[in-house]
Amino acid sequence: MGIALALGFFLDTGAQAATRRYQLPDETVEFATGPNMEMVQGNCGACHSPDYISTQPAGLIDPRAFWKAEVVKMQRVYGAPVQDADVAGIVDYLVQVYGR
Amino acid sequence: MPGVNRRALLQLAGAGAGIFGAGTTVRAQTVEMPFANGTRPLVAYPEKRKLIRMTSRPPQLETPMAVFDEGPITPNDAFYVRYHLADLPLDTIDPVTFRLEVKGLVARPLSLSLDDIKKMGATELVAVSQCSGNGRGFFEPRVAGGQAGNGLMGNARWTGVPLKTVLDRAGIRAGAVQVRFDGLDGPVADGTPDFAKALMLDHARDGEVMLAWGMNGAGLPFLNGYPLRLVVPGYFGTYWVKHLNEITVLDKPLDNFWMTTAYRIPDNDCNCVAPRTALAKTKPIGRFKVRSFITSVADGAHVTAGRPLPLRGIAFDGGGGIRQVQISIDNGSTWIDAKLGEDLGRYSFRGWTAPVTLTAGPHALKVRAVSNSGETQPVEQPWNPSGYLRNLIETTTVNAA
Repeated sequence: MGIALALGFFLDTGAQAATRRYQLPDETVEFATGPNMEMVQGNCGACHSPDYISTQPAGLIDPRAFWKAEVVKMQRVYGAPVQDADVAGIVDYLVQVYGR
Repeated sequence: MPGVNRRALLQLAGAGAGIFGAGTTVRAQTVEMPFANGTRPLVAYPEKRKLIRMTSRPPQLETPMAVFDEGPITPNDAFYVRYHLADLPLDTIDPVTFRLEVKGLVARPLSLSLDDIKKMGATELVAVSQCSGNGRGFFEPRVAGGQAGNGLMGNARWTGVPLKTVLDRAGIRAGAVQVRFDGLDGPVADGTPDFAKALMLDHARDGEVMLAWGMNGAGLPFLNGYPLRLVVPGYFGTYWVKHLNEITVLDKPLDNFWMTTAYRIPDNDCNCVAPRTALAKTKPIGRFKVRSFITSVADGAHVTAGRPLPLRGIAFDGGGGIRQVQISIDNGSTWIDAKLGEDLGRYSFRGWTAPVTLTAGPHALKVRAVSNSGETQPVEQPWNPSGYLRNLIETTTVNAA
């Protein structure tokens, strides 16, 4: 109750309390078209933008091993809510679109 | 979307909305990092000039090398930005109601406002912050992660209160071993480990580790940790927790992903392993290795032959300070001493100058530094699977005509 009253006092008097707002630029990067794109948008795009994927290295010796390791890392280490059933489809997309 | 929090979803919902006015055609400016798949947009964020964008969400912005030619202090609007997790406190920080909690194994838990903290006495220190993965994009073989050039570093004059002062006021109790730091930024998915780091108690109490609210005479830019961040001189940026609001004194080492799995380096003399092999024995990443850069000419630049060319640049290390910088204009066959610039402290960039005259033709310019602790830079970069600790002797190729 005390806290609520104190807060009300701040609002009433228009005291200095003011939230600092920071606006990030709108996100303009989109996922490239490819197989299972919606699955990738939902699973990967919830936590990071597509450019975190598209900027990963080119010229990989084994793109499938690279991308599988990344997806499993996101799932098991970073706790991304990716269903086991979706892993293969996501890896297929990444290999096809970014497996350079 | 199960397991994903609401605030981040709202941020996501904002994505895709038009950024440019109707009828306006804007061709994004891009830069080419000198490694495969290195095209990056130059983007100006609020409080920032145009920087090299590595990723949009979380925001990760790299400083163009030309900025480091402006002087040994990196301007706030050009200072690099690196976040791990995308849930930023974009609209929740009120500088009046903000509180830093100090708790755990302390005699007197504290809840400090920004005014309380500023009244504890301000000190200043010039110190470099550098991301552990600075230069990761150059590693061969390539490794996963943020694909940075060498611009994830910056040098600022930090204003704040020594962490020791705050810990002393709280009173460390017997049995304390580490101090944990947590900020207001956090994960998007419920299952993602929150970003928190820890320092050994003696390190936390060394009188140099600082809670900073000021940067180069101004407040912290939002993306550099407003309103309060940890400054850990000589140590990689992973410890410099941003938007710091919680300090916890621990009776055992912090056992979380960010300490025990991530940010580990090989625990051997070279901090390296054979390429494409896994880590065996590891330890947490710590201090910077000594580095130096030419900033006055860009790689691939065309310069005038037969006339003095004022080479300039910067050098820094993990806290010994810089003893010597040397330049080679013949691909490392012979070296000359550069003249060191003003000494802003042993944690700062040290500027250097070396006038050279180049004959017509291509030249591989090199720079190497020696720290006061006798550390030098390697000719070839040792490899580690995380792409940390890059510090080889850099080469800048120019054509004189």
